[in-house]
Formats: sequence, C-alpha cells, structure tokens
Amino acid sequence: MRIQTKTDLASLACGLTLYALLEGLILADIIPPYWQLNVIRVCIYIILATSLNLINGITGQFSIGHAGFMAIGAYMSAIMTVKLGLPFLVAILTGGLAAALLGFLIGLPTLRLSGDYLAIATLGLGEIIRITILNISYVGGASGFMGIPKYTNFTWAFLLMLFTLFFIKNFVNSTHGRACIAIRENEIAAEAMGVNTTKYKVLAFTIGAAFAGVAGALFSHNFYMAHPTSFTFMQSFDILTMVVLGGLGSMTGSIVGVIALTGISAYMADYPEIRMIIYALLLIVLMLFRPQGLFGSKEISLRIFSRLTGGERRGAAQGN
Amino acid sequence: MALLKVTKLSKIFGGLKAVSDFNTIIAPGELIGLIGPNGAGKTTVFNLLTGVYAPTEGRIEFDGAGLAGLKPYQITQRGIARTFQNIRLFSELSVLDNVKIAYHFHVRYGLAEAVLRIGRYFREEDEIEQKALTLLDIFQLAHRRDEIARNLPYGEQRRLEIARALAAQPRLLLLDEPAAGMNPQETQQLMSMIRWIRQEFNLTILLIEHDMSLVMGVCERIYVLDYGSVIAQGTPAQIRSNPRVVEAYLGEEVH
Amino acid sequence: MELNSFAQQLVQQLINGVSLGSIYSLIALGYTMVYGIIRLINFAHGDIYMLGAYVGFFCTSILGLSFFPALLAAMAVAAVTGIVIERLAYRPLRHAPKIAVLITAIGVSLLLEYGGILAVTPQPRTFPAVFPARIYTFGGIVVNSQQIVILAVALALMVLLTYIVQRTKIGRAMRAVSYDTDAARLMGINVDQVISFTFGIGSGLAAAAGVLVGIYYNSIDPLMGIMPGLKAFVAAVLGGIGIIPGAMLGGVIMGVVEALVSGFISSTFRDAAAFAILIAILLFKPSGLLGKNIREKV
Repeated sequence: MRIQTKTDLASLACGLTLYALLEGLILADIIPPYWQLNVIRVCIYIILATSLNLINGITGQFSIGHAGFMAIGAYMSAIMTVKLGLPFLVAILTGGLAAALLGFLIGLPTLRLSGDYLAIATLGLGEIIRITILNISYVGGASGFMGIPKYTNFTWAFLLMLFTLFFIKNFVNSTHGRACIAIRENEIAAEAMGVNTTKYKVLAFTIGAAFAGVAGALFSHNFYMAHPTSFTFMQSFDILTMVVLGGLGSMTGSIVGVIALTGISAYMADYPEIRMIIYALLLIVLMLFRPQGLFGSKEISLRIFSRLTGGERRGAAQGN
Repeated sequence: MALLKVTKLSKIFGGLKAVSDFNTIIAPGELIGLIGPNGAGKTTVFNLLTGVYAPTEGRIEFDGAGLAGLKPYQITQRGIARTFQNIRLFSELSVLDNVKIAYHFHVRYGLAEAVLRIGRYFREEDEIEQKALTLLDIFQLAHRRDEIARNLPYGEQRRLEIARALAAQPRLLLLDEPAAGMNPQETQQLMSMIRWIRQEFNLTILLIEHDMSLVMGVCERIYVLDYGSVIAQGTPAQIRSNPRVVEAYLGEEVH
Repeated sequence: MELNSFAQQLVQQLINGVSLGSIYSLIALGYTMVYGIIRLINFAHGDIYMLGAYVGFFCTSILGLSFFPALLAAMAVAAVTGIVIERLAYRPLRHAPKIAVLITAIGVSLLLEYGGILAVTPQPRTFPAVFPARIYTFGGIVVNSQQIVILAVALALMVLLTYIVQRTKIGRAMRAVSYDTDAARLMGINVDQVISFTFGIGSGLAAAAGVLVGIYYNSIDPLMGIMPGLKAFVAAVLGGIGIIPGAMLGGVIMGVVEALVSGFISSTFRDAAAFAILIAILLFKPSGLLGKNIREKV
C-alpha cells in the first residue's frame, strides 16, 4: 500500500478514535454541557479557519470577509429547515452551495485585486452581505432569524470537520493545490509556468466560501437562531486571528489556533472585554516576535512520529 | 517553416518607445542571442513574446498561429517558457516542488480525483515526480531536492529556474540573462549545458545576455538592440566587427 | 410644489452630506497620508478618532474647557498616541511582510476599542453642548450652528495641512518619502522622523473629527470609530489613496452619498452604499478618482 494512503488511513483512524472518545464522554455526561458546546464550537471554527487558510495561507489572497459566506450558509440552511421543512443534510449542502456560488460570483471580479485592496474589498463585500440580510424581513431582518431547530450536535460537527480537513489536505497536495501555492509564492512566475492564476484564485475562493457556508449552517442550527450581528467583520477577524496564530498556510496550525483561542474565549466568557484585549495583545505580540505564526507554513504530522520511531523518511518530502 | 515569426513589433509606454519595429524569423533548433545596452528593450521583447505586455503594434506568430490576446499561461501552454532576469523562483518551496509546479498543465486528473485520491491521481503524481527528478539530475540539483529554493546559492537558483522552465516542456525557451551573477567557470558550464539541452530537448533558444563570451560562444545568430530598435544582426563574427555595435557599446568591450 | 419640495429636500441632504463628509475627509486624510508614506492601511485610525472624541468629552464636561482648547487638547493627545503606536507596533515591522503589519494594525485597533470599553464602559456618553444650538432657516432649508462649526473647523484644518505639506520643510520631506523612501533617505532625510510626524498629523486630524462628531451627534462610545473609520478609508480609496486632495474630495462624496441614501432610500442601506462605492471604485478605477495607474515591473 502507498505511504500516502497509509498515513491517510492512520489519520482517519486517529480522527475516528478521537470522535468515539469524545462522543463517549459526552454521552456519559463526563464533559459538562458548557464544554460540550465549546467542543462543537471548536469543530465549526476549524472548518472556518482551515477554509480561510486555503484562501489566505495557501493561495495568498488576503480575504477578510469570511463571515459573509458564513452568514449565507447560516441563513440559507435555516430557510431550508424552517421554511421548507427539509432535512438537515440538504440544508447544509444548500448552505455550502449558496456560499460557493456567491464566492464564485464575487471572486471572479474581485480577485483581480491584490494585497490591501483585496482585503478591504472582501471586508466590504462581507458587510454588504450582512446589511442586505439585515434588510430582508423574510429571514427576520434586524431582529434575527428565530426558531431554528437545534440539529447541530457533536457528531455532525465532528464528521463535517473531518471531511473538510481531508478535502483541503488532499486538495493542497495535488497539482491544483500546488498551483494555488505557486500563486502565493510568485504570481508572475506561476502564470509563466502555465498556471491559470485567475482560475485557481477563484477556485480556492469558491471552495473556501463553500466550507464557510457549511460552517454557517452548523452555526445557525447550534444556537436556535441566526442574527446579523454574528456575522460582522469582527467575526471575520476572529477567524483570521485563529489562522494567523497557527501560521498562514499551515492546516494543523489553524487547528491549534482554533483550539487555543476558543479555549481562551471559553475561560474568559464572563469578561468579554478582557478576552478581546488578550486577543489584541496576542495578535500584536505574535506579529512582532513571530510574524509567521506558531507553525509557519509547516505541518505537524503523524509522519514526524513515525520518523521518531524509525519509520520511512520518504514521506517527509511531501511537506505540506 | 519558422517556429517564431515576429513582424513589426512595437511597444510604447506612455510616449516612450521601448521596442520599435522588431522583426525576426526563428527556425526550429536555432540558438539566438539578443544583446544590447541596459534599457535597450530586450526584456520588453521577452515580455511581449510571453504575453505579459500586449504589443502596441505588430504581430507574433508561434508555430504558424498568432499569439495576440493570449494570456501568459496560455502562451506557456502553447510551448514558450521563460526564465526571469530577477530570479522568480517559488522561493519558500522545495527545489522539487518548484519543478513539479511547471508540469501543472500537463496533469489531467481533475478536482474530484485529487480530493478523493482515486483514478489517475497517484499514477500522474508519480509520473510528475519521476520526470521532475530526472530534470533535477540533469541540472545537478537532485541532491538538493528537499532544500528550500531561497537557500540555494545564486548559480544553483539560476539553474533551477532553467530546469523549471524546461518542465513546462516548451519548444521555444527564452532565457533572460542566465549567466548573471555567475563566475567564469559557472558560465562555461552553463554554455555547454545550454548547447546540450537544446540537443536533448529539441529546443529553440532565444537568450538575453550581457556576458559577451557566452553570447559569442553559443549563439548562431545575434540581434543587437539599442533604444528599442535592432541596430545590427548576424553571426557572432559579423556582430563583432560591426561599427554600430561597437559604438552602442562604447566603453564596453566586445570580445 | 411636489418638485419644489423635492429640490428643497435635495439641497437639505446635500448640506447634511457635506457636513458629515468634511468629518470623513478629516479622517481620510490620516489614512491617505499614512498609506502614502508606508503603504499601510492603519486600521487603528478610526479608533484614534474615537480617542479624540473622548479627550474632547472629558476636557469639556469634566475640566470645563471651552471648545477650542478642548479641540487642541484632543488633537495633541491623539497625535502623541499615534506617534507612540507607530513607534511601538509598526516601526519594528518596517521590513516585515505586509500582512503582518496589517494584522498588527487590526490588533492595535481591537486594543484601543476594548481598552476603551474597559476604561470608560461601553455606555454611550452625551457630549455637552459647547455651542448654543442655533438653527438658521433659509427658505425652508435648515442649517444649524454645529454644521457651520464643523465646516469652518474642517476647512481651516485642511488649509493648514495643505500649507504644511506644500510650503514647509517637513512637508517637502513628507512628499519626498512618499515618492521614494530610499532616495529620500539617501538625500539625508530622517525617514523615521517624517513617518512619526505623518502619524502625528494624521492622528491629530482624526481627533478633530472625533470632537466635531461629538458636537454633531451629541453621543460618543468606544466602538464609534469602526464604521466611520472604514468609511473614511473608502473615501481615501475613492479619491486615490496617497493623494491628499483625493481624501478631501472622497470624504465629501461619501458624506453626500450617505445623506442622499438615508434621505431618499433608507438609512439601513447607508453603510451598504459606502461599501458598494468601495467595490465599484476598486473594480473600475482602483487608483481612485485622482490617481494614476501603476503596474508591477516584470
């Protein structure tokens, strides 16, 4: 069997074991309800952070409008379940597809911009999405979309997270992912090497948006409601902070970033201002002393462990 | 049958004629040099050929088909690859990955196959890796395969750029100052390598160079550009004795 | 009659728009000068404006100062804060990747906002009426004394800024650094000092805008800088980022559009209009109304 397949299966086994363990602890009520909620939050934010990382870290396109796509997923899926009475899975898929479609339509013209300009444009688009939702009374307008059933549970959140991680990991380790990385590294050289840079920027943006939509669906079905204030650019900054903390371009870094910041949030829930100040100081200090984030663009992987135990060194070349 | 035919090519930047009335016909297998003082418009010619700039006037035909309106990546896919004067490697990636990326448009497996790792995914990935390693071997970079490109010494970075351009499997290779920053010994090696890859990969090569020993040593025909216009063309011997060239290079030695 | 009342409302909204717009212009100037000189979107700039509003508030309501001393105090405190922020947070990153500096700016912004909440509570404060609120009516069009003060102060500050940039030694140095930092350094210009000065001036102008907004809306809160900050940035982009007259023009256009949208469509779409302008300008003329196009050298 191939090494890649082997490590894939090993990671899958690890993931499922972790799932079984946590689900067991939840069922046995050993994890208190407050922390159960936070475990689900972690799963949702891992989907958000890794999908934003695909756009920002892997493809190097600085987007700070992720909350907009999350909002699309949250509201579209709620329309499916509340207004149309469709099953949750259909709602999640619709949420993801709607966000992807919008990501595609927005990405096509916007991704001609670069750097600061792209950042500010995506921020603006995210806000436009939110303000538009705010003005649609069909979905509750400014008072929010009420009465959304709580379908999200640990199983949904964890399995979708696992799916996202495998999807993005495999994407990044293919010729398509390499094309995206090439754009990040040097757009002119990528184009000169035959990479259709527009296509791959839009593709990464669309995939990122799709997963943000999926996360949005999980999000709105976790809190009984969807409210426009959940999707301001502060939400986008939150996700960005997690990605940057872990290291732009590092998927495992994003996971660590999510766990660390969700942990801080959970502990500081009673002191929201201090929580934000810690966030802010963390960002500043991190940029001053370790601008590449905790892990840079490197991955922590099972291969490191297998190498420690004298495993193959062949796989190491597969870096990201 | 010409591989590349350029007629009356001009490029004007806000009133400044960077290239004016550039004509050439290059047959398959030729090795052509493009020389001239700094700012003569040599790199602009490359940028026009590769679609980075749209010509103000003129026509570029590659293998019988016009290139007008094509994006750089489409021109690369037609069979023109290049290196850059100011090296443009994927500097944070490994040497191997740098080369692998250039195989991109030869890969046929789709998004679903990549994500699910089915179908052609593994077969084609293996193929790319093998081909990339073979190229690295040729350029004596195989032992560096896992090194980050940025950490290579200058001469090796230049070689890697050529290797990467070859991975795109071009028929016409454009080299922009391949010997810049190399010592005489490295330049000698580069010369024989250029000759050898032309043979081995069935290439036509157009190169810009300041190092006269290299240009005179390997090129069969030379164009001399000054202020955007061709002031002389011919064999190395003809160029060496051309008074206009000597004048344009006043102060610079023409060996 | 129908048409007449429409025209009347239009003029009214234009007047409201220009007053609001001159506030945006003052903030936009700081964005544009800082961007022009170190290519940084200083996300914390809107929060400096908030800081200015609070200093103005404390000077007038607690120290009992009158308008002009309070305005000057706010500008001075903000200028010092701006310079300190640049020194501590941005200068060490002068050669770092752009994204690192941008994220630092986001961090500084969050720090000012939530530090502000911690210091003065999130409750909005009522700005004291430093001027007797007079209302002048000209044929059905209403102008209040606050609007006149705002316009007068904004205009005076813009004239002063233009004088500094065009006629003084430090202004010449600013233009030189913004044109080519390395060449300016080689010409013996103390680049760090010029950058500090730019942050100082930009922050001072934002603080003035903060005090003026306090007078205009009578209400200030620690998160008040977010939206106007973003809109002022849009104004800077609209006028052509890095171009000083562009920021003034962009600010006024933003104010007018906003007033027209709230007056004739709905105030809930006010903010969306600002971002729609942003997207449109980025897509069709990213160099801004007064800017020139540039592209990367290959």
